[in-house]
Amino acid sequence: MAVCPVCDAEVELGVDAEQGELIECPECGTELEVTGVDPFELSEAPQEEEDWGE
Amino acid sequence: MKVGFLHSLLRKDEKFLLEEFRRREGVELEMIDDRKLEFTIGENGYDYDVVVERSINHSRALHALELFGAAGVPCVNDPAVARVCGDKLLTSLALAKAGVPQPEVRVAFTESSAISAMEKIGYPVVLKPAVGSWGRLLSKVNDRDAAESLLEHKAILGTYHHSIFYMQDYVPKRGRDIRAFVVGDECVAAIYRTSEHWITNTARGAVATNCPVTPELAEISVNAAKAIGGGVVAIDVFETENGLQVNEVNYTMEFKNSITTTGVDIPAKIVDYVIAKGAGDVG
Repeated sequence: MAVCPVCDAEVELGVDAEQGELIECPECGTELEVTGVDPFELSEAPQEEEDWGE
Repeated sequence: MKVGFLHSLLRKDEKFLLEEFRRREGVELEMIDDRKLEFTIGENGYDYDVVVERSINHSRALHALELFGAAGVPCVNDPAVARVCGDKLLTSLALAKAGVPQPEVRVAFTESSAISAMEKIGYPVVLKPAVGSWGRLLSKVNDRDAAESLLEHKAILGTYHHSIFYMQDYVPKRGRDIRAFVVGDECVAAIYRTSEHWITNTARGAVATNCPVTPELAEISVNAAKAIGGGVVAIDVFETENGLQVNEVNYTMEFKNSITTTGVDIPAKIVDYVIAKGAGDVG
């Protein structure tokens, strides 16, 4: 369990969570990055950059 | 086999690939976060049999592939493929050299020569950044007034990238285009991307449905893939009155919306290819 850095909602860690994974806060919908799995840590995902994507 | 998985943020596409790699026996997976990478030029201490590139930033992907490639590590895709696909001008040149049909493309470096080129193509014209992704800053230029205004804005955007004017004949898409997935020598699946907007990137809200891989589609897609150096690539294809034409080729393809849609296990096909590359079974 970790806390959304934006809305303070409690977010559950999926069993297959990976460091670096993008997830969405179930409460506020903010895109979050899993910055640690043991212990579970979350940060706001980086903002889209000019050269992102295919 | 030791597989280096180059990444930054892990999207659904990367998760599908990771799950597939972990199902395979004999694969040792090592995560390489591009945000933590430090290279020392001249030191080649990498023991990867193959590196698969899934970075979200084109610039990091390109340069990391160059560095791993220079250190002798086989990469999916090859650095040269990333270089060509990352630049629409180089892609167009490669397609033209291989005789792969594409819309008319002209390139110019100044506002006045760009206007002249657009008049020769005939409006509407699509003006694109030569280096760009997810359909950003694409412009459909409908007439000369719009062209003049747009070029004036581009000129003051501030980076030199925006003063390489890549102009393409606008192809009426009837609301959709085709995205074909090529792995090695095979077009494994394809989707229609349908949108009311003239830009049909799924990242911009286009809807994906299955597209049958006809012999014609397979041929042009595999030819386009070979033209840019081969590997694991996604080909954007227009349906025109004169047959199929290739619009773009993508080297870090996004496929998460296309697995269920097509019924094809695209990540499994990619993983097969990466393992074959690591074993030296493909060039």
